[in-house]
Amino acid sequence: MRNDRSKKAATAWLLATALVVGLPQLASAETVLRIGMTAADIPRTLGQPDQGFEGNRFTGLTMYDGLTMWDLSSRDKASVMIPGLATEWKVDDADKKKWTFKLRPGVKFHDGSDFNADAVVWNVEKVLKQDAPHFDASQVGVTASRMPTLASARKIDDMTVELTTKEPDSFLPINLTNLFMASPAKWKAFYDKAEGADAKAKSQAAWAAFARDASGTGPWKMSKFTPRERLELVKNEGYWDKGRVPKVDRMVLLPMPEANARTAALLSGQVDWVEAPAPDAVKEIKARGFQLQANESPHVWPWQFSRIEGSPWNDIRVRKAANLCIDREGLKEGLLAGLMVPATGTFEPGHPWRGKPTFEIKYDLKAAQKLMQEAGYGPNKKLTVKTQTSASGSGQMQPLPMNEYLQQALAECYFDVQLDVIEWNTLFTNWRRGAKDPTANGANATNVTYAAMDPFFALVRFLQSSMAPPVSNNWGFINNPKFDELVTKARQTFDPAARDAALAELHAASVDDAAFLYVAHDVSPRAMSPKVKGFVQPKSWFVDFSPVSMAP
Amino acid sequence: MFAYIARRIVYVIPIVISVALVCFLLVHITPGDPLVAVLPADASQELAAQLRTAYGFDRPLPVQFGLWLWRALHGDLGSSIATGRPVLTEVLRAVGNTVTLAIAAALIGFTLGLMFGLIAGYFRDTWIDKVATSIAIAGVSVPHYWLGMVMVIIFSVQLNWLPAVGAGPGGSGAWGWDWEHMKYLILPAITTSVIPMGIVTRTVRALTGDILSQDFVEALRAKGLRELDVFRHVIKNAAPTALAVMGLQLGYMLGGSILIETVFSWPGSGLLLNSAIFQRDLPLLQGTILVLALFFVALNLLVDIAQAAIDPRIKRG
Repeated sequence: MRNDRSKKAATAWLLATALVVGLPQLASAETVLRIGMTAADIPRTLGQPDQGFEGNRFTGLTMYDGLTMWDLSSRDKASVMIPGLATEWKVDDADKKKWTFKLRPGVKFHDGSDFNADAVVWNVEKVLKQDAPHFDASQVGVTASRMPTLASARKIDDMTVELTTKEPDSFLPINLTNLFMASPAKWKAFYDKAEGADAKAKSQAAWAAFARDASGTGPWKMSKFTPRERLELVKNEGYWDKGRVPKVDRMVLLPMPEANARTAALLSGQVDWVEAPAPDAVKEIKARGFQLQANESPHVWPWQFSRIEGSPWNDIRVRKAANLCIDREGLKEGLLAGLMVPATGTFEPGHPWRGKPTFEIKYDLKAAQKLMQEAGYGPNKKLTVKTQTSASGSGQMQPLPMNEYLQQALAECYFDVQLDVIEWNTLFTNWRRGAKDPTANGANATNVTYAAMDPFFALVRFLQSSMAPPVSNNWGFINNPKFDELVTKARQTFDPAARDAALAELHAASVDDAAFLYVAHDVSPRAMSPKVKGFVQPKSWFVDFSPVSMAP
Repeated sequence: MFAYIARRIVYVIPIVISVALVCFLLVHITPGDPLVAVLPADASQELAAQLRTAYGFDRPLPVQFGLWLWRALHGDLGSSIATGRPVLTEVLRAVGNTVTLAIAAALIGFTLGLMFGLIAGYFRDTWIDKVATSIAIAGVSVPHYWLGMVMVIIFSVQLNWLPAVGAGPGGSGAWGWDWEHMKYLILPAITTSVIPMGIVTRTVRALTGDILSQDFVEALRAKGLRELDVFRHVIKNAAPTALAVMGLQLGYMLGGSILIETVFSWPGSGLLLNSAIFQRDLPLLQGTILVLALFFVALNLLVDIAQAAIDPRIKRG
């Protein structure tokens, strides 16, 4: 009996000890997702990230929201714009330059302050109103070019704001996916504490402090930040969209610019997810049971043709011949290990802006040769074309081998392709300067990849004649009245469905005109541990980390 | 000695100004847009021009250089275009991490280099010498980048013994000299150490062989000195040259190895330079190069002074 009692006592003691020791561990068993980014540094955290759309992916859409957002929930359908911090919006019937946005009630910034119309006006002014105390020149570049017509913002009431554009522009709601709402209250607190000789210095100090301790309304909150090394985000339990409260407790973002280092970090279990693994390691990644996620991205790998006087690409037969001369499937399977989607335009079938082009971009060597012969070329009379490209660069995929593949393929169609390989940043600068500038170095095509998330970036800046340098990226000085007319029509069509139809018409016209040599779309490959569950890779540059969970 | 040090410091001034001028000009004469870091790829030329004016890149180069040098002399290297953070803070943090790596690599490289060099020198033309010399040649010949990758593949990916990248579980901000942090240092430090190891081995081998063949060694032995005492004399005679070599190597390591730090994502000055070049962040690039050059110059100065202190003949020269 006594023995029994002591056994029970011992058991109880052991259980109690186990509970005391074990429960806190259970309670603190937080789930962590560690991601190796391709960026060399943590993208800026103050609301308008740098480092292109990778910046938006990791420090924009995580900690912040825009008035409008992308629906990133589907793998199969094109990612479309949806309401974000604005629940609805409409353009003024009498003055198409004025938009009214109704704001989502009950949304709070991470610091507890309210999101309202004042916050929207403040965030517009941070990049547009040069005399505003919080104006920040360093955020202008990555914002102004992404919403080129936005002019000002005005509060109507606490939950309603009016935005004005320089000209009627139905693309504004789509552009606003790039304007992230930072907390004015948090910034003001830093400003009040900042030391500086003048208001400008105090403002800069406040933005620097804000970047270290940011506050947005997004599903993730900043937790720990070591510049150039790591950014730790924790879930925002109070996120306004309960369906998008993150499933993992903590997300750690690590800059790893070198592809092999990223891959090694994944394979050694140091991180759970890497962006763009080394292409030649894909086999091993799969063989070791890791997941490889990829999907068609709104991203085009093209040659942009010069259309200035004397350019060989002014003959539509030549443009069409080049488009028919490339075996894109061969490029995909042979050179890129399957990591591309053959391009038949800027948008592929299924996309709302695809339209119905009559010119079918495909591999048809005979048709291509015939077109070239009609244009006056043949085996004994080759057409010399020169293309500027880079040896590397963000989004450029594998520019040199891909261009050499094109060089070889186009030789079959009587092209003599010369490559002018320059440094990536120089290529960009030259891109802004246009085909007439001496920096084009006689090239009549340029090979710069482009994002196709919104109508301005995907179509207008290349096709509208007024977008020629120095205004924007119509590098080749395309001057086609039909394009101009369709751009105006799309811009001034404010019903979303009708606007999409107008954009589809513009896209179809550009394909029918063989405006570019369309080659490939990137697929944004990312590799991850089998522990990562619930991830959906949308047809987008962006991803939603909220549904991702970590298996034990 | 004081006059010697003063003279050496005076010599350093034009070197520092030249370095500042060269690094300023080098990053300005290269083609491309200095605003790449703040402009999206597809920004218009108009916007680029507007921001170029805001950042002062439209002013004449001599004016830009004058302003930059004046601010630099006051300890202000400007702000990074990409992050807005002060360049000096960025550079000093990175240099701190590189110093950590360089010290670890120096300890490994110099210890092994001295050891192999002395062994090879003492056992000249034997198989021991051949092995030690082969290791030294391999050390200076093997590409760092490749060696680093091989180390990562073996010790991180295959064996899972050591981390592949980074500076510690919480980053370098929470660095400590404990195992949790040291294990992040081992692979980059070994990779960084192979060149100094090879160079020191070869230098010490040559010196040892040379000293051992000199008459005074024979005399010492003839006087009946123990071999350990002779060895001490050998070390003392080899030290100044070995020290100079070590100093230069340490300078190179402090300059940061872009490739090694990139392979291991070690947040040092090499990775910072890589990032500044990649983002074309001119103030950061100029500031980093300037600080590293100053480090190098200062280290050379210290080595010269140390050499003079050890060997009075140098001071007189």
